[in-house]
Amino acid sequence: MTQGTIRGIIANLIIAEAKGHVAQNEICYIVAGEEQLMAEVIKIQGKNIFIQCFESTRGLRVGMPVNFTGRMLEVEVGPGMLSRIYDGLQNDLETMDSLFLQRGQYTPALDDNSRWDFRPLATVGQSVRAGDWLGEVTENGMAIKIMAPFDLEGEYQLKSLAEAGTYGIRDTVATLANGKDHQLEVNMVQRWPVKVALKAYSEKIRPYKMLETGVRTIDCLNPIVEGGTGFIPGPFGSGKTVLQHAISKQAEADIIIFAACGERANEVVEIFYEFPELEDPRTGGKLMDRTIIIANTSNMPVAAREASVYTAMTLAEYYRTMGLRVLLLADSTSRWAQALREMSNRLEELPGPDAFPMDLTAVIANFYARAGYVYLNNGETGSITFLGTVSPAGGNLKEPVTEATKKSARCFYSLSQRRADQKRYPSIDPVSSYSKYLEYPEMQEYLAEKISPTWVEQVIQAKDILLRGKELNDQISILGDDGVPIEYHDIYWKSEVIDFIILQQDAFDKIDALTKLDRLEYMLKRVLDIYRMRFEYQNFEEVGTFFKRVINLLRQMNYAEFQSEQFQAYEKELESMLNERRIA
Amino acid sequence: MQQALKPIYSQIKRITKATCSLHASTASNEEMALVHGRLAQVVKIIGEEVTLQVFSGTEGIPTNAEVIFMGHAPTLKVGEELAGRFFNAYGKPIDGGPEVEGELRETGGPSINPTKRLQPNEVIPTGIAGIDLNNTLVTGQKIPFFADPDQPFNQVMADVALRADADRIILGGIGLAHDDYLFFKKIFENAGALDRIVSFINTTEDPSIERLLVPDMALAAAEYFAVDKNEKVLVLLTDLTLYCDALSIVSNNMDQISSKDNMPASLYSDLARIYEKAAQFPAGGSITIIAVTTLSGGDITHAIPDNTGYITEGQLFLRRDTEISKTIVDPFRSLSRLKQLVIGKKTREDHPQVMNAAVRLYADAANAKTKMQNGFDLTEYDQRCMDFAKEYANYLLAIDVNVPINQMLDTTWKLFGRYFSQDEVAIKRELVNKYWKEKSPAVS
Ligand SMILES: Nc1ncnc2c1ncn2[C@@H]1O[C@H](COP(=O)(O)OP(=O)(O)OP(=O)(O)O)[C@@H](O)[C@H]1O
Ligand SMILES: [Mg+2]
Repeated sequence: MTQGTIRGIIANLIIAEAKGHVAQNEICYIVAGEEQLMAEVIKIQGKNIFIQCFESTRGLRVGMPVNFTGRMLEVEVGPGMLSRIYDGLQNDLETMDSLFLQRGQYTPALDDNSRWDFRPLATVGQSVRAGDWLGEVTENGMAIKIMAPFDLEGEYQLKSLAEAGTYGIRDTVATLANGKDHQLEVNMVQRWPVKVALKAYSEKIRPYKMLETGVRTIDCLNPIVEGGTGFIPGPFGSGKTVLQHAISKQAEADIIIFAACGERANEVVEIFYEFPELEDPRTGGKLMDRTIIIANTSNMPVAAREASVYTAMTLAEYYRTMGLRVLLLADSTSRWAQALREMSNRLEELPGPDAFPMDLTAVIANFYARAGYVYLNNGETGSITFLGTVSPAGGNLKEPVTEATKKSARCFYSLSQRRADQKRYPSIDPVSSYSKYLEYPEMQEYLAEKISPTWVEQVIQAKDILLRGKELNDQISILGDDGVPIEYHDIYWKSEVIDFIILQQDAFDKIDALTKLDRLEYMLKRVLDIYRMRFEYQNFEEVGTFFKRVINLLRQMNYAEFQSEQFQAYEKELESMLNERRIA
Repeated sequence: MQQALKPIYSQIKRITKATCSLHASTASNEEMALVHGRLAQVVKIIGEEVTLQVFSGTEGIPTNAEVIFMGHAPTLKVGEELAGRFFNAYGKPIDGGPEVEGELRETGGPSINPTKRLQPNEVIPTGIAGIDLNNTLVTGQKIPFFADPDQPFNQVMADVALRADADRIILGGIGLAHDDYLFFKKIFENAGALDRIVSFINTTEDPSIERLLVPDMALAAAEYFAVDKNEKVLVLLTDLTLYCDALSIVSNNMDQISSKDNMPASLYSDLARIYEKAAQFPAGGSITIIAVTTLSGGDITHAIPDNTGYITEGQLFLRRDTEISKTIVDPFRSLSRLKQLVIGKKTREDHPQVMNAAVRLYADAANAKTKMQNGFDLTEYDQRCMDFAKEYANYLLAIDVNVPINQMLDTTWKLFGRYFSQDEVAIKRELVNKYWKEKSPAVS
């Protein structure tokens, strides 16, 4: 392999000279005494090779050797990844023993000694393409497919396949051959370069199946779909992380991959404290059993931050190819963009807006495009639903990362500072947020079938009421409480009912945190019924007082188990209260 | 002399306000050096040319100045002897006492493996209801005060530190006014707490680039006590805005493209490296960081508070409440993100709901106030909200409050009962049944 030496050091940017050929994005190791520090080629200019080092560069000197590997940054995929906590380069953080991260310490992603009960799924003699399922093993109650190599070109023939039985992760379980006698041995492990999309599927279709998140404001107003994309911009403290955690705990997905990208370590701790406790109704196990965390927290080396989102995406693609529904969450994609900016600045590239690299929009678009709903070669389906957070500088959405992401992501969940200040959580702004999927005819059909034929109509009505409520509230604050007709107060307060009861949701309450679709449908109908009712008031003050009581009772319902005795008792109380004022 | 063995150079090629460059073949990245007797650090190496950042500034440095490379990154000698002592940004005593003997450690060391962290779970009671009730602090947390320069943040921070029941307090003074330095010294002395405290002080009179060293020094000492001695350590850093200003001076002198507000593009990572040292360690020790970020005219969209807010686990806003003539902890913009780990669990069950309801009613009062200022009539409800708000601010939000948490909750229930109906308070029925206090005439 090519050798080189260090010529310059600017923070984590290394300039090296190589004796031989190197490739863009090639991985190399800087030899600093005992330590070998992983790094990636990011630019080549004449004899200067620019390298970003994934580790602290303290103590490095000009003249130190650099060993190029001939490979790009790759992940290793196979059974045994579920419930692991990896760093951005897929090192297993739990098998490192020291309290502090040691520079140059790399741990394997998979356990080489692990053995798995293999069940064949294919027949000897059949033709095989990249990603085809050859067999499966069971990991944490989930069927994990053993697939034909992802880099297989064209069709191969399955020459032999292991019988059902226990095999080591690197034991050969199948052999493939193509016409030209080219033989290939296949085991349970594959490698794949993270920056290359894994496309071992037959086609990508427009997604249409709603992905239930249990978060009312999303499921009701702006639903996301299996294989869809969305992003959550919001100023600091507006609730991005809490929202993502809530979604990950509840969403109807098989695999959850969480990329903690340049955010707080304590938030990762929260996941690995809570998820092992959370029951998973579908497998009978724990939520952690089907979760993978990629942790590149804000104090970890910046260059690995960029790698972390790609690592997470590649793992997601691996599971999608085996027909699973993957939910991929990245918090925060702005930190990744900032890592690109830091590098681009050190490379003295021509800066784009706010000093971000010129190609930021393209980089983000390429990444989002890797999500999606696919048909596999065997007719099965798989999906990656991707939700990223964006942390706009100064909370201002007119900044490059938000604008670039808006061009790619199909759902926009804009968190509002104002709502967060008012503790109206989740603070998703009901007016400016959107889901493009709601406009898809195939999605509308799906919703009609799954929830009710009038569902979309009701949702649109709820949106209209919220917008109207906002307009009327503006009027009231301009003209004064008694400067407007009482009807304005009535409609405004009815929109507040929707806000308090459907939109607001306590992520920390056991019951309120998760709302299933049947309950959501019931409650939406309930509040829309109230909207249609006509009430009698003597003056505008009575309106607010009355609706505060209504809201209070509906909230008690939200806190009670659905259709429990308590729930029904509150509803009865509500009924009689509404009747007090109701005009037939 | 030890230094005689170290490589010496005397051919400086380029000098800016904060840096100088020379040809040297042996330098390593981030290595410390002495330039004309002043401490400096390697920040860039291109071939033979090495750029050094000179902490005390480059005024008067001649091109033939002697440059000695020291062979190591910044270090601090750590040991029990640090206790009760005052040091400058380089870790040299400024209290007239002897040099500390102890193990030499590099500062700015590696990060803790996230999987080795424990989840923070211990309340830090401060007696200040604006903090304990609404923004409960937890050991292992990192949180700054966002305050305009004229607000009494150092006083509040000193109160918090002394009441916090920490084994060790590390004070990192970054561009601290000399008077404030004396204030801290005095208040710690009076409390008889001096032996629990270690201070690294850079005052406004010291060179500004030296400030870059203070957080790492303070945190290296903190890690010694928290990891080696399993102590509960509280680190006070005031004022990190001045740290950021120093960062921007250096980066501008190195011709880096600056991003928003003239700050270096790496500001987020630079601050995160400091704040993420806060942790609950598995063996029982912890580092909690309480910092100060001064604002200019309350603007939190400026790059410094903005990046800080994205890193820390909440922020505490101080605001002058003219109605009661006191400084209060603003319940709207303040936030402790770790509070949900402890409230209602380590504190009384009604804590979360009481806290939220009170803040919501306080917000209604703010709306009523706006209405009034715009010349509209107030409703009877508005009036009650405003009366509630005044007492809430006075008995709970003001920074001079010092009571236990249960008393804060009881006081809030009293105010609820006094001004509102149960529907208006809208708290879970079970809790209302248990804690509701019918119109009680007087508070506390
Ligand atoms: N659904 C919710 N219910 C109750 N409280 C919430 C909810 N969402 C957010 N919060 C409150 O807001 C705080 C901040 O939320 P979060 O950490 O998710 O913000 P963020 O947008 O991720 O901020 P940052 O960009 O700084 O990471 C939480 O600690 C919590 O106190
Ligand atoms: Mg967050």
